Amino acid sequence: MDWFRRKIEKIHPVQKKAIPDGLWIKCPTCSEILYKPELERLLSTCRKCGHHFRISPDIYVKLILDEGSAETLFTDLKSNDMLHFRAIKRYSAQLNTAIKKSGNQDAIQFYSGDIEGNPIVLGVMNFAFIGGSMGSVVGEKIVRGISLAEERSCPLIIICASGGARMQEGSYSLMQMAKTSARLARFSGKQGLFISVLTDPTTGGVTASFAMLGDVILAEPGALVGFAGQRVIKQTIGQDLPPGFQRAEFLLEKGFIDNIVTRSTMKSTLLKIILILHAK
Amino acid sequence: MNNVVLEFEKPIVELENKLLELRSQNIAGSELAQEIEELEKKRQRTINKIFGNLTRWQRVQLARHPQRPYSLDYINYLSPDFLELHGDRFFADDPSIVCGIGTIEGKRVMYLGQQKGRNTNDNLHRNFGMMRPEGYRKALRVMKLAEKFNVPIISLIDTMGAFPGLGAEERGQGEAIARNLFEMSQITVPILIIVIGEGASGGALGIGVGDRFLMLENTWFSVISPEGCASILWRDAAKAPEAADAMKVTSADLLDMGICDRVINEPLGGAHRDHKGMCEILKNEILIELTELELLSTDDLLEHRFDRLSNIGNYSESK
Ligand SMILES: [Zn+2]
Repeated sequence: MDWFRRKIEKIHPVQKKAIPDGLWIKCPTCSEILYKPELERLLSTCRKCGHHFRISPDIYVKLILDEGSAETLFTDLKSNDMLHFRAIKRYSAQLNTAIKKSGNQDAIQFYSGDIEGNPIVLGVMNFAFIGGSMGSVVGEKIVRGISLAEERSCPLIIICASGGARMQEGSYSLMQMAKTSARLARFSGKQGLFISVLTDPTTGGVTASFAMLGDVILAEPGALVGFAGQRVIKQTIGQDLPPGFQRAEFLLEKGFIDNIVTRSTMKSTLLKIILILHAK
Repeated sequence: MNNVVLEFEKPIVELENKLLELRSQNIAGSELAQEIEELEKKRQRTINKIFGNLTRWQRVQLARHPQRPYSLDYINYLSPDFLELHGDRFFADDPSIVCGIGTIEGKRVMYLGQQKGRNTNDNLHRNFGMMRPEGYRKALRVMKLAEKFNVPIISLIDTMGAFPGLGAEERGQGEAIARNLFEMSQITVPILIIVIGEGASGGALGIGVGDRFLMLENTWFSVISPEGCASILWRDAAKAPEAADAMKVTSADLLDMGICDRVINEPLGGAHRDHKGMCEILKNEILIELTELELLSTDDLLEHRFDRLSNIGNYSESK
């Protein structure tokens, strides 16, 4: 991949310089220069090749829930930094920065709202919040989200985006994988419908728990989805990874997701699944 | 097999070698006997001193000690009638995990055990104890078998993590682990988890959901290996000792965190110095735990298992 990129840069050495600041952005897949206001109108997808750019959780909420129906849930939970974790940075400082930047307390936000009048519980992960990593708060919010969906007999949808478990919370973060999966098992036993939507990137402990436990699993085109990180795999096998490895299309081919759905058809697809599977 | 001696064990081994030398001198005499007695006392003191002040990183090294008992050492000792059950029925057998049935003092059990190799060839065969999806699926298959015939499950954890390879990803490593977490939370027979060496990431947790979580004294368990954490958060794998401290990975730490239920003491100087002693200790612990767990009704068992998991986490809630 690095080789590929270098080659492209050699062929178009001036293209990089030609992008004016601010209003224009280059598509990482097809190198098309995109006008940002138009990109936003297209839900941050490339008009030429359909590349799905990462988007903020707020945009996803607007994309999926009926206007005016969203109600934010469980906003009072905050990580304690019980281990007083410190690497190069202090975890507590990292948390505070992420909270300030995002305006959220942690890497997942929960909402109740409607899809064309059908009530759902929606969780949306934020990759910009410490890599969308799952610690105690993410785990607890997911458990509460599942409980609420069960209580209201409505479907649960989670938009996944995560680098995995949050190392800064040590084993507490690891155990959230078991905690969320166990809660989903109970929900499933009560005929609860859980739709998992995998966006770029969904990896590590999130993939190896709730993300892969959807009754229906959808993914955005091109989303990176896997358990092990690409750098670690590369080191282990000592060679470059095949093109498209761990992308949504690869997972579809291998049989691990139900379908690939573009952002523009995500809401109507979710609605269809809910209306057919969750009919009362 | 060459004896591996960790740096901090050297004073102990030196005393032991001296003792061996003295004892081999076929001389009778009270002076020699006294010298041996003194040395023996000194050995005990030295072990107590060294093992009373181990750093986290030293515990990690002990957990990885190449002479430490591995899953099959325990299984073969506890259940001489052990019968291995291979394969996931879909793709392959994963030799990095041993599964099978046996009895301990007449009690029927189903074993799952992550298995490392004793030498290079053996380790290649066992994939250094790093499981692939077919391993998790084999484990789930035999757990369902145990459930069907009401046999309690003993899961022995000893892995650096799940195997990060092309095939493992292609065959759904993430899905396989997730499925086990989901299913293990609802298996209707007792599940006893015992960390016998090291335990990292979803790779360990994928056979690690149960009713009791025990750790041998010189073991570690965490979300990622200290090296993995160090190479990401410090950008330098050599900072692993610092990462072990930061993540708090030892059995004592996990007990503090409320994730480990009980720490099982090892023989003086560590399990690798006395396999038989360690196996005997573990046998007693297993029998005690299984006897207790068998008293619970299925509903109580599952309720306790669920509550244990639900209560793990650390956050505050402002109102
Ligand atoms: Zn494009």
